[in-house]
Amino acid sequence: MNFKLKVWRQKGPNVAGQFVDYEARDIPADASFLEMLDIVNEGLIKRNEDQIAFDSDCREGICGMCSLVINGIAHGPGKAKTSCQLYMRRFKDGDTIWVEPFRAITFPVVRDLCTNRSALDRMIEAGGYITARTGSAPEANSIPIGKVVADLAMEAAACIGCGACVAACPNSSAMLFVSAKVSHLGLLPQGQPERTSRVVSMVRKMDELGFGNCTNHYECEAVCPSEISASFISRLNRDYARAATRQAAVLV
Amino acid sequence: MATTLDAKIPTGPLEEKWQKHKNESKLVSPANKRKLDVIVVGSGLAGGSAAATLGELGYNVRCFCYQDSPRRAHSIAAQGGINAAKNYQNDGDSVYRLFYDTIKGGDFRSREGNVYRLAEVSVNIIDQCVAQGVPFAREYGGLLANRSFGGAQVSRTFYARGQTGQQLLLGAYQALSRQIAAGSVKMYPRTEMLELVVVEGQAKGIITRDLLTGKIQAHAGDTVVLASGGYGNAFYLSTNAKGCNVTAAYRAYKRGAFFANPCYTQIHPTCIPVAGSYQSKLTLMSESLRNDGRVWVPKQKGDKRPPDQIPEAERDYYLERKYPSYGNLAPRDIASRAAKEACDTGRGVGPGGLGVYLDFADAIKRFGEKTIRERYGNLFDMYHNITGENAYKAPMRIYPAVHYTMGGLWVDYNLMSNLPGLHVLGEANFSDHGANRLGASALMQGLADGYFVIPYTLGNYLATQMGKKVSVDRPEFKAAEQETRARIERFLSIRGKRTVADFHRELGLLLWEKCGMARDAAGLKEALQRIPELRQEFWEDVNVLGGGEEFNQALEYAGRVADFLEFAELMCLDALERDESCGGHFRVEYQTEDGEALRNDDDFCHVAAWQYAGPDSRPIRNVEPLIFENVKLAQRSYK
Amino acid sequence: MPAVTVSPVPARRFSPNPLVAFYQSSIGKKWVVALTGIVLIVYVLGHLAGNLQIYLGQDRINNYAEFLHNLGPLLWLIRLFLLACFVIHIVATIQLTIQNRQAKPQKYAVPGYQASTPASRTMIVSGLIVLCFVIYHLLQFTLELTHPGYRHLHDSLGRHDVYHMMIIAFRHLFISLFYVLGLFLLCTHLSHGFASVTQTLGINNRKIARVISAGGVTLAWLVFLGYVSIPLTILLGLVR
Repeated sequence: MNFKLKVWRQKGPNVAGQFVDYEARDIPADASFLEMLDIVNEGLIKRNEDQIAFDSDCREGICGMCSLVINGIAHGPGKAKTSCQLYMRRFKDGDTIWVEPFRAITFPVVRDLCTNRSALDRMIEAGGYITARTGSAPEANSIPIGKVVADLAMEAAACIGCGACVAACPNSSAMLFVSAKVSHLGLLPQGQPERTSRVVSMVRKMDELGFGNCTNHYECEAVCPSEISASFISRLNRDYARAATRQAAVLV
Repeated sequence: MATTLDAKIPTGPLEEKWQKHKNESKLVSPANKRKLDVIVVGSGLAGGSAAATLGELGYNVRCFCYQDSPRRAHSIAAQGGINAAKNYQNDGDSVYRLFYDTIKGGDFRSREGNVYRLAEVSVNIIDQCVAQGVPFAREYGGLLANRSFGGAQVSRTFYARGQTGQQLLLGAYQALSRQIAAGSVKMYPRTEMLELVVVEGQAKGIITRDLLTGKIQAHAGDTVVLASGGYGNAFYLSTNAKGCNVTAAYRAYKRGAFFANPCYTQIHPTCIPVAGSYQSKLTLMSESLRNDGRVWVPKQKGDKRPPDQIPEAERDYYLERKYPSYGNLAPRDIASRAAKEACDTGRGVGPGGLGVYLDFADAIKRFGEKTIRERYGNLFDMYHNITGENAYKAPMRIYPAVHYTMGGLWVDYNLMSNLPGLHVLGEANFSDHGANRLGASALMQGLADGYFVIPYTLGNYLATQMGKKVSVDRPEFKAAEQETRARIERFLSIRGKRTVADFHRELGLLLWEKCGMARDAAGLKEALQRIPELRQEFWEDVNVLGGGEEFNQALEYAGRVADFLEFAELMCLDALERDESCGGHFRVEYQTEDGEALRNDDDFCHVAAWQYAGPDSRPIRNVEPLIFENVKLAQRSYK
Repeated sequence: MPAVTVSPVPARRFSPNPLVAFYQSSIGKKWVVALTGIVLIVYVLGHLAGNLQIYLGQDRINNYAEFLHNLGPLLWLIRLFLLACFVIHIVATIQLTIQNRQAKPQKYAVPGYQASTPASRTMIVSGLIVLCFVIYHLLQFTLELTHPGYRHLHDSLGRHDVYHMMIIAFRHLFISLFYVLGLFLLCTHLSHGFASVTQTLGINNRKIARVISAGGVTLAWLVFLGYVSIPLTILLGLVR
C-alpha cells in the first residue's frame, strides 16, 4: 500500500513546527501504524534525513507511551485502542494521512510527535494514591469488597495514562484522567480516609497546571483506549462538591 | 582466575533463614538514613517498589527511568497474575509448596534459600497491594479470587482482569508518586543510565544521559540499585517493549559485576507469528488459550491447503500425541520446542511457514461460540485486530517468542552483586527462577525484591558506608563521563550506510536461529564467530544522524544495540559452555529418548557467573555451586 | 503553517476561603453554571407555559399577565434573581471559555470529532447570541422601548392587552423570523445544556446516560416547537 503523509515536524519545544509531506511506499497492510512510521524512518535515514521522532514502547496497547493524533483523532480511527494497535489495513491505498502530536498547553511538544506529559504525573503526585506504608498492611482478606464495587474500581483503574483524553478534548481538559483515579481509589474502602483531600488536591493541581474545563463533549470517552466511561466524570463532580462542602463545614 | 562464589545464604533450617537473617542484619538509624543517597535505576515493579519503600524509610532516593513516566515500565504488560501462598482456596497450598513448585519449575537451577524467601514474602505482597488499592478480582462475597495458572495444581494466582502487571505497577507507581511529592524521592524520567561508576572497588554512582536535552550527568550515591529489567530484546523480536535493553546491566558487567546464566531465556509458546520483516514486536496472547484450543499442523510436509480443507486424518495434533496426559497444556518450554520442531520439519503454517494452528473448532462445537467468546473474546479481538483474521472461523496461528530472561547480574542473598554497593533487583538479577520461570512468578519476584527484601538487606551494606560519601568531582566520575561522551561522539561520526535497526534485526535473527529455543554446539560456535564480525560492521557502517545534545531517538537506539552486540556473545558463550539441557536452555545434544531436557547434575548443578576480562579477552566463568538440602533433584516429566 | 512556540501556562490563583476557592476551581465553576442553568431552564419552561395560554384566548393570557404584574415587589425579586442567575451563568461560562481556549492554543489541522455535537461545541456562541436575543426581547416586550405603542394596548377590562401585543408583534415577518432564529439557538443551547446539567451535578451515570442525553435533546426541541408555534400560528392567521 502507498500513503501520503503529512507529518508535524518540530525541532524542539521552543521553535516553530510545520507539516512536512512524506510518501510511505510499499507498506504491508498487516503493518501497524508505528511500523509504517518505522519503515518511513528507515528510508529517511538512508537518505541522511532526520527520522521522525515519535514515542512508543510496549507496542501492545498497555504502556500508554504512544501518542499520535491521526487525521485529527487521538490514537487514530477505531475504538478502544492506542496508536500502536492501529493497523494500515484500516486505511485505503493512496490515502492522505495527517499525523500530529497530542495538542494541549499542558503537553508541550518535545520534538516532532513527542510531547511532555509529565503533568499527568504531577496530578497523581498531588494525591492519586492511598497512603499505605510498606509492611503495615492488614491481612488482605480482612476487608471484603463487594464484587460490583471491586469491578467498578477496576474499570476506573484500567486507565493507561496516555493522555488521549486531554488531546481529544476541545478544551484539553484532564477530567477523565483525574476522574478515573479519584473513582478507582474513592470506590475502595482502603481509599476512604483520604477521599476528601484526594479529590480536592487532584482537582486543584489539575487547575494549577492549566488543563481546561470539562464541557461535556465526551470526546475523551470516545478515544480512550481503556474505554474509561465519562460517567466517572459525573462521579468526580459529585465527589468534588461533597469534599468541598465537607471542607467548608470544617471551617464553619 | 575463576573463583567460587559465596551467596552468603544464612545457615540453619530453610524456614528460619530469612527471619534469622533479618534479625542479624545491620540497621541504619533514622538520622543516618537521611544522609544516605540511594540511586535506583528502573521504575518497574522492582525498581518502583524499592524506590518508594526506601524513600518511605527515610533514605534520599533518586530514581531513573528511560520512559517519560515511571508508570510505563514494561512490568505493566504482564497479563496473567501474581502467585502467593495464601492458601485462600483451602486446596493444600503452602509456602513450602510454592517454594517447591518454583524450584522444580526452574529445573533445579535456583537457590533454595532465595526461593524459599520469595515464597514466604509472597503473602505480604498481596496484603500490601490490596492496602494500596490494587483492584484484584473478587468473589461475590467480597473476598479475593484466585485461579490456577501455568499448570499449577493449586489455585494461588491473584489477578486483576488481564491487567495484573498494570495494576501492580500502578500500585507501586502511586506509592512512588507519594514519595516524590514528599520529597524523599527525586524522579528522573526520560533519563538513561549509560555507565556505572566504581570508586575504590565499590559502586558509587552512575552516568546518565537526559534523553530530552542530551545532557550527560554524573550522579554519586552511597549505593546503586539496578532494576533495569531483562535482555529479551537481544533477539530483536520479543514480547518486550521496544525500549527494553541490557545497557545498564551490561555496563555494570563491564565494570566488574558478574553476569549469571545469560543463556537462560524463556520462550512463550502462544504468541502471534511474525508476519514480515517490518515487524517491530511480537504480541503474546494469554496461555489460557491452550485450555480450550488444540494445537496442530498438517501431517504432510509443505501442505498449503487452507486449514478447513485438511481432513482430520491428515492433521497432527502433536502435543496430544507426544504428551498424552498433559496434551495441549504441556509447560511453556516443551510446547515451544514442539512447535519449532514441527516447523523445522517443513510442516509450519502461514507466511514463511513459522506458525502452528491453535484450533477452537472443537471447543466451539462443544460449548458454543458464545461461551468461547465469553472466555477469550478479548484475545480473539486482539488477534483479529493484529492479523485481520477471524479466529472463530479459522484456527489461530501461533508461534513461540522470547518473553523473559532468567539470567541476569549475579547477586548474593542480600541482592548485592559481587561488586560491593551494587544491588540488583527483579528481572535484572538472576536469582530466583533458575533455568525456567513459572507463570505468575515474575510479578511476585519483582515486588518481593523491592518491597520486602532490599529494605532489609540494604542496611547491611549502607551501615558500613557512613561518612564515606564520594563526590562527582572524583577522577573516576570524570573518566566515566568522558568515556560516555566519547562513545556518543563515535556513534555520530561513523555516518555509514546501514541503519541501527538493520543491525539489530540481523543480530536478532542470528540469536533466534543459533541460541533460541534449541541450541547446539555447532550453531553456537557459528554465532560466536559471526557476532564479532557483525559488531565490527556495526562500528564501521552504522548511520546515526543528528546530534548528541538533543532529543535523538536514533542515538538512544544505537547505544542499546551496541551493547546487545557485545552481550549476545556472552549469551552464546554461556549456552555453549553449559553442556546440558535445563529449563529454557535446551541443547539438542542433551535430551532423553523422548526429547526432554536432560540435565547434567554432576557437572552443571551450579550458577555460571561471567566476569569481564577486557575487550579482547575471553570472559572468566566463575561458579556458584547450588546446594540442595531440602529437595531432591528429579527429572521433570509431563507425559 | 503558523509558528508555534510554548506559551507559558497562565497562572491561576486560589483563595484560602473554601467557598471562593470552590468557585475558582474548574468543577466549582461548572456547578455554578449548572445550578444557574437549572434556574434558567425552569424559567424558560415557565415562560413557555405562560405564553402558550395565548391558545386559551385573550382573557386567560391577559389575566395571567395581570396576575404577574400584581405580584409587585415579589415580581421584582424574582426578576432580580433571574437576572443574577443570568449574569452569573454568563460570567462563569465566559471565564471557563477563556481558560479552555488557553488550554488548547493550537487546534488540529483536520478536525476529527468523534462524540461532540455542533451544539456542544458552540455553547458559548449560541449562548451569547441568545443573550442578544434576550436583550432585544426585553426591550420589545418588557421595557417596551422598541415599540412604545405596546404600552397603550388595553383590553375591555382595562388590563394590559398582552394577547394583542403578541399578535401585532408577530405579524411582522422579520420579527417572527428573528424569534425563530433566537429560539433555535436557545434550544440548540438547551439540547446540550439539559443533559450537561445532570453530568455536572453528578446525577448522570452509565445506566441512564443515553436516556438523559436523548431526553434532553427531545425536551429542547419540544420547547422549540412550543415557542415557535406562537409566531407561526399568528403569521398563518390561525390566531388572530
